Parts: sequence; C-alpha cells; structure tokens
Amino acid sequence: MEGKNYNLPADAAFFPEGVERCSLLRFVLHLVPIVLLGLWGGYAAFRVLASGLGVTALDDYFGFGLWIAFDLGVIALGAGAFFSGALRYLLNIDKLKNIINLAVIVGFLCYSGAMLILVLDIGQPLRAWFGYWHPNVHSMLTEVIFCITCYCLVLIIEYVPLMLENRQVVKNRFAHALAHNFHLIMPLFAGIGAFLSTFHQGSLGGMYGVLFARPYVFRDGFFIWPWTFFLYILSAVGCGPMFTVLVATFMEKITGRKLVSWDVKLLMGKICGVMFSIYMVFKLIDTVAWIFGILPDAGMTFNQMFYGWIYGRWLLFAELIVCGVLPAYLLLRARYRERPALFYISGLLACTGVVINRYVMTVQTLAMPVLPFDRWETYAPNWAEWGASAMVFAYAWIVVALSYRYLPIFPQERELNKK
Amino acid sequence: MSATQEFRIKWGMVIDLDKCTGCGSCMVACQAENNVAPAEDGLNRRRALNWLLVYRLSNGKPFPDHDIAYLPRPCMQCGKPSCVSVCPVVATTKDEEGGIVSQVTPRCIGCRYCMASCPYHARYFNWHDPVWPAGMEKTLTPDVSVRPRGVVEKCTFCHHRLMAAKDRAYAEGRDPEKLPDGAYVTSCTEACPNGAISFGDVNNPEHKVHELIKSPYAFRLLERLGTDPQVWYVSRREWVRRLGDNYLNNEPTKG
Repeated sequence: MEGKNYNLPADAAFFPEGVERCSLLRFVLHLVPIVLLGLWGGYAAFRVLASGLGVTALDDYFGFGLWIAFDLGVIALGAGAFFSGALRYLLNIDKLKNIINLAVIVGFLCYSGAMLILVLDIGQPLRAWFGYWHPNVHSMLTEVIFCITCYCLVLIIEYVPLMLENRQVVKNRFAHALAHNFHLIMPLFAGIGAFLSTFHQGSLGGMYGVLFARPYVFRDGFFIWPWTFFLYILSAVGCGPMFTVLVATFMEKITGRKLVSWDVKLLMGKICGVMFSIYMVFKLIDTVAWIFGILPDAGMTFNQMFYGWIYGRWLLFAELIVCGVLPAYLLLRARYRERPALFYISGLLACTGVVINRYVMTVQTLAMPVLPFDRWETYAPNWAEWGASAMVFAYAWIVVALSYRYLPIFPQERELNKK
Repeated sequence: MSATQEFRIKWGMVIDLDKCTGCGSCMVACQAENNVAPAEDGLNRRRALNWLLVYRLSNGKPFPDHDIAYLPRPCMQCGKPSCVSVCPVVATTKDEEGGIVSQVTPRCIGCRYCMASCPYHARYFNWHDPVWPAGMEKTLTPDVSVRPRGVVEKCTFCHHRLMAAKDRAYAEGRDPEKLPDGAYVTSCTEACPNGAISFGDVNNPEHKVHELIKSPYAFRLLERLGTDPQVWYVSRREWVRRLGDNYLNNEPTKG
C-alpha cells in the first residue's frame, strides 16, 4: 500500500496530475473574505426577493440601473468563451486549447451570474418562464431571453467535461467515457454556442438601438437590426478574449504560478487587437452618424446629451479615445503588443471601454430628458444593488478558485512550472 | 420599428392647455377610478404612481413676461407605441379597435423594458405591494383589477368605461361599435372642472374631438420621434406649443 505523503496538502489527491497547490488551510482562509462578501450579497438578494424591488434605488425613471449595466458588461466580457471556442474548434487554431478551458469557465460564470441578477431584476421572478410561454417575436429582449438561457446550457455542457476530468472523478469509467464523448462533440457545441452568443450579443445591442423614442440610443440599421446590434457583437468579441487573458494573468499573480504561455496570450491579444480595431472604426462612424443624423432629426443637439460631471463628455471621451482608439492601436501594433505592460494596460482599457459603453447606454439613456419640459435625473445604486452584484463576484471567485485547484484547466501549467 | 396600425375607431383625447389651471382634479379622479394605490413615499415623484401626471410648464422669462401652463399627461396611446414591440411577453398590446394600448398585468414579468422605451414616462412600476389605508379598500372600483407588486401599469383611457358603454349599447339595442359622442369618456375628462379635456373618437365626424384636432393650435408631444400619439394638446401660446417637441434653434414651431 502506498504511504501517505504528509508534506502534501490534505486534498492533494484531487489536484490535477503533476501540479502544486497551496495547503488546504491557506486555500480555505483565502476564501473567508470572499464567502463573507457572498453572504452579504446573498442577504441583499434575499431582501430583494422577499420585499420586492422597492429595496433598490431603481425608480420609474431608472427602470434599468446597475444590474442591467452589470449584466451587459459581464456578458460582453464573457464573450471570450464563444469567440475563442469558435476559433479553437471551428477554425482549428490549436494554440487556443491552452486557454479555452478558462474561457469556458469565465463565460459560464458571466452568463450564469447575469441570469442570477436577472432573476432579481424582474419584478415577478416566478413569471420568468413567460418569456418562453408568451414570446413576443418582435422584441429583442425575447431573443435575449432565449439565447442567454440556451447558451448558458451550452456553457454548462462545455463545463461538465472539465469537471469530469478531476483526477478522482475520471477514475470512474462512466465519467471517463462521458468526458471523452463530450470532447468529441465539442465542435458541435462550439458552433451552437457561437451562433447563440453572436445573436444575443447583438440582441442586447439591438435592445437599445430599437428604442426609436430615445434619441440617445436609437440607431438606424440594416433590415430589422439597428447598428448597435452589430456594434455589440464586435465590441464583445474585441474585449472578451482579452478579459480571459486578464483573468488568467490575475490568477498567475495570485497563485504565483505560470498558467498560460506568453505566446498564447499574445495570440489572444492579436485577435482582440484586430476585432477591437474593426469595432472602433464602426463605432466612430456610428457616433458621427448619431451626432449629425439621429440627433438633429429628433430636434436635439450633441450638447444636450451630457449633464454635469456624472453624465459628462468625459465618459464619451473615455469610451472612444482612452479606452477605445488607444487600446485598439496598441493591441494592433506588434511592437506595442509585445511589451507586457502595454499589453495588459491595453486589455484593461479595452474591457473598461466596453463596460463604459454598456453603462452609458443603460443609464445615461434614461437620465436624459426627452420631453422638453422634463429635466435630467441622476441615479446611484444602493447597497442592495451593489450587494447582489458582489454576490455574483463572490460566486465567480469561488468557482474559479475551486476549478483552478481541482481541475486540469491549464494544459501548459506543468510544463511552464518545471523546476 | 413597428408600423402604425390603423383602426376604424380611434379613441383620442384633446386637452386645451389654455383652459387647464393645474388643479389636479384629473389626477385625483384617475387615481380613484383606476384603483391606483397610494404611494409609500408620496414625496418621491420618481416612485409615485400617477397614470395621469400634471406637469408645470414655464416660458422661463422674468416678470412681467413670465407665463406658465399646466400639461396633464396621460398615456399617449401611441399609434406606433415604442412600448408594445419591446415587451418580451406580449403583456402590452395595441390590437383592439379603438387603438388603446393595453396593459396585461397578470402577464407582465416586470422587466421594465417598456418603461425604458417610453419617452413620456407614462408607465409606472409597482415598487411595493399596494396598500390602502384601512376602510379605503371599500371605495375601490369593482371593474378595475388592483395590481400586485412587481408589474408595470399605465393609463388605459379608462378601458373599463369603454366596456361598460358597449354593454349599455348592447342592452339598449344600439351598435356598440358606433358609440355617440359622450357615451364613453375617461374619468379625467369627466372630472375636469374647466372642460379642458375632451374625449372621443377622432375618426368620427360626429364627435367633437374630430374637429378639435384640426385646430391650427393643436399639437402632439414629441411628434417628430414618430410615436403618433392619440392625445392632442391645444394652446394659442406659441411658447407652449414649442415645448411640445424638441426643436433645433433655427426650426420654426409647428402649428
């Protein structure tokens, strides 16, 4: 009988083959503040479900607030899953296999987290299934409901084989066979995922673009799709893979281990550079068309779109220039991209730019008066909204931490950390 | 963008802003007629339920040129409603003869997308459970359902009154699709002490509103956005009409 090695952590038998992890005590201790944060968020969620949305800072002007901006933001950042998946399985870019598992996990967390928030955000959570039962085929939100739930299922299907690959679980013959077969059909799910995700990323943008009585977001478009439909797809694929790289790098800093090689990160950065640059070209054209087309048609001017500091021009400047053109350029040019500091800063800026975009399209749209005798309103989320969002963050942290500790999600880890 | 739907009957409201004194009778009548629950915090205008809300308009000039007007704002029952096409669960529709935009509260999931789409702020969300002061529940209108927490509601042009008027016509052997002028009016119309609010079928030449909307002083709110409202306003004051829509500096006021 093999003797037990007491120098290894107590749960070492569950670690992926040939990798090191910290002691179980240290792992549990690091989770304590996260769990406390999650419990606070759980209490906020409970209050919302028990007492209704009256406990939030939302109101009749700001029917959408932090939660919708948060959902749209994380869904865009989670786009690394479908886009990297499509490149890996459909276009056969083999190198991406080294980061695809993390992309799937991040995507799953972003989507399941967004769905958790949506359950809180609708006034009648028990009627959430009405979206399927009484669908309005003309509503972009119907498409979002269908695609997000279906895609979340796809992500679960993509995540399950990863879980089955745990060193102990895989010893079970059924689990082993199931994981193997799931891997065989993964290109199919990558395809379905790419289709679903592309459409609902677009529908999320379309949701705003179709609001023809809200000049801040209304856009013309192609056939039934407003331009925002395409801009949301492009922005998501432009920042999503970079977000996955940032998460991987953050995990490397926390764990002190190399997880993904620099050349894989560079490849992801290059892909993002190309996609984000294409996005920025169209976004700038869209902004010009909005200023000189949509707004004058509505009897409004560019200056009317901003108010004070809270909804000031700096947001547009930050979104389009500092967090738009600048990171697009830095990621596109190899000589800048290859410098780690510039690489990571560009990634952070690109992700921030897309989140600003989701925020202003959600909140500033509603803050702006359309009736000439109405006035600007301002919105600040309260503890319940921050708490529920923190709950999702805690949930994501815990799942990532557990996945890293027990699942072989980084194929290069052993090689990169050879002593 | 949904297309404008045409109906043979088009219930419309015409509000003469030069007659409105801002007394608020219309708001009170609406509140009582439609079982609108008292707000938990009535001072919070962003959470108070007002199917019909009176706005105070000002020409912004100092004395002696200062002038004000009051503008009652019900749901515009838009010909091309921005709210209907966006609702994911068909909880708000515009498919009934007369063109009233319905709100199916038992089906509403409370996503508030319709509220985000409406530039008139005519839609209200039930942030809390409806609570009436003790005894007041006995005054509720039996023909109007109360709404629970978590759903959106809005002015329906007192749709239950339309049903009642049709029932009456059936009972009296008249054609319910040809209601005479005044057979069906909203509670705000009835309550206005100055007769500032007129109501009827704008497509029917026998109804007063048919002529009123042809006034050169008639206008609709935010017409250029393409919502095609079924509520008209009338004012002889140019500055009031100009506040009915957004204009660039060099554009003349319509009407």
